[in-house]
Amino acid sequence: MRRALFLLPLVAFITVAAWFAIGLTRDPSKIPSALLDRPMPEFTLPPLQGANVPELSADAVRGHVALVNVFASWCVPCKAEHPVLMRLARDKRLPIYGINYKDWWEDSLNWLKELGNPYTAIGYDDQGRIGIEWGVYGVPETFVVDRDGRIRYKHIGPITPQVLAETLLPLIERLEK
Amino acid sequence: MSALPRRAASLRLILGIALVVAGPIPAYAVLPGEVLADPVLEARARALSQELRCLVCQNQSIDDSNAPLAADLRVLVRERLVAGDSDRAAIEFLTKRYGDYVLLRPPVRPSTWPLWFGPLAVLATAAAGIVLFFRRRAAAAGPTPLAPEDERRLARLMNEGRDT
Repeated sequence: MRRALFLLPLVAFITVAAWFAIGLTRDPSKIPSALLDRPMPEFTLPPLQGANVPELSADAVRGHVALVNVFASWCVPCKAEHPVLMRLARDKRLPIYGINYKDWWEDSLNWLKELGNPYTAIGYDDQGRIGIEWGVYGVPETFVVDRDGRIRYKHIGPITPQVLAETLLPLIERLEK
Repeated sequence: MSALPRRAASLRLILGIALVVAGPIPAYAVLPGEVLADPVLEARARALSQELRCLVCQNQSIDDSNAPLAADLRVLVRERLVAGDSDRAAIEFLTKRYGDYVLLRPPVRPSTWPLWFGPLAVLATAAAGIVLFFRRRAAAAGPTPLAPEDERRLARLMNEGRDT
């Protein structure tokens, strides 16, 4: 009994150390979304003129499982994830909606011309106001929205083929059932 | 002739004092274009901004940060206040979108109790342990009374000495 009491500080230390060790494995730059499992914000955005796809609104996104991808031509990781989005768009797996975040119209248009346009519709958010409604704090960010218009997942940073195959596609399949 | 140097000296003194006073004032990131005309609203906006975390640079408030998103949020907070929001409503507007994470001072609620009261609990436990330890040692340090058997033996030994 007495000896067990002497072990108490050691046990307390190990508990706290384990707690901190788990904390160290998490990426502090990835902030969990406050909108998870909540309805997406109501919004309407003007189209990206010249991109030949319609404007974007919450009503357009609702009704089917969809990806909402926040991108900008000035964002380097967006360029990295672009081929993944292009492939997904070619498969016609699900609609991909783009929110063009704080971009110059001309840059954005050139960017899409050069790399291809994976988006079913693009909303032009030049002031970043709708980005704030979505809780965006860095691009690229990608949301998975279910049929009812609820945000079910938020991916922060570029979508890698691995993220798509291991996280996004299984979730999309589950939501489509 | 003597008035001029004196005036120069006092000017130098005033400048020196001004420098000392102005030196420690930190340079905030608020841009002139963002400042509200109403000083009362502006003061409220500044106070709120200092409580809100910049999500890009994380350990700075939006009042300190030069990040574009911080500037957007500063403008947003000011717009909410101009629209008649209370401080609490303006803060709530942001926590709804970015979560409690935007608050530099985490709110007190069951999930943050360990954060707020954990250190106090550790301190209290340690204090209790120390008090207990010293009490026990104090009790152990005093002379222990002899057991009844030892007492009898001592008395017998003392008596033996008296006989011879």
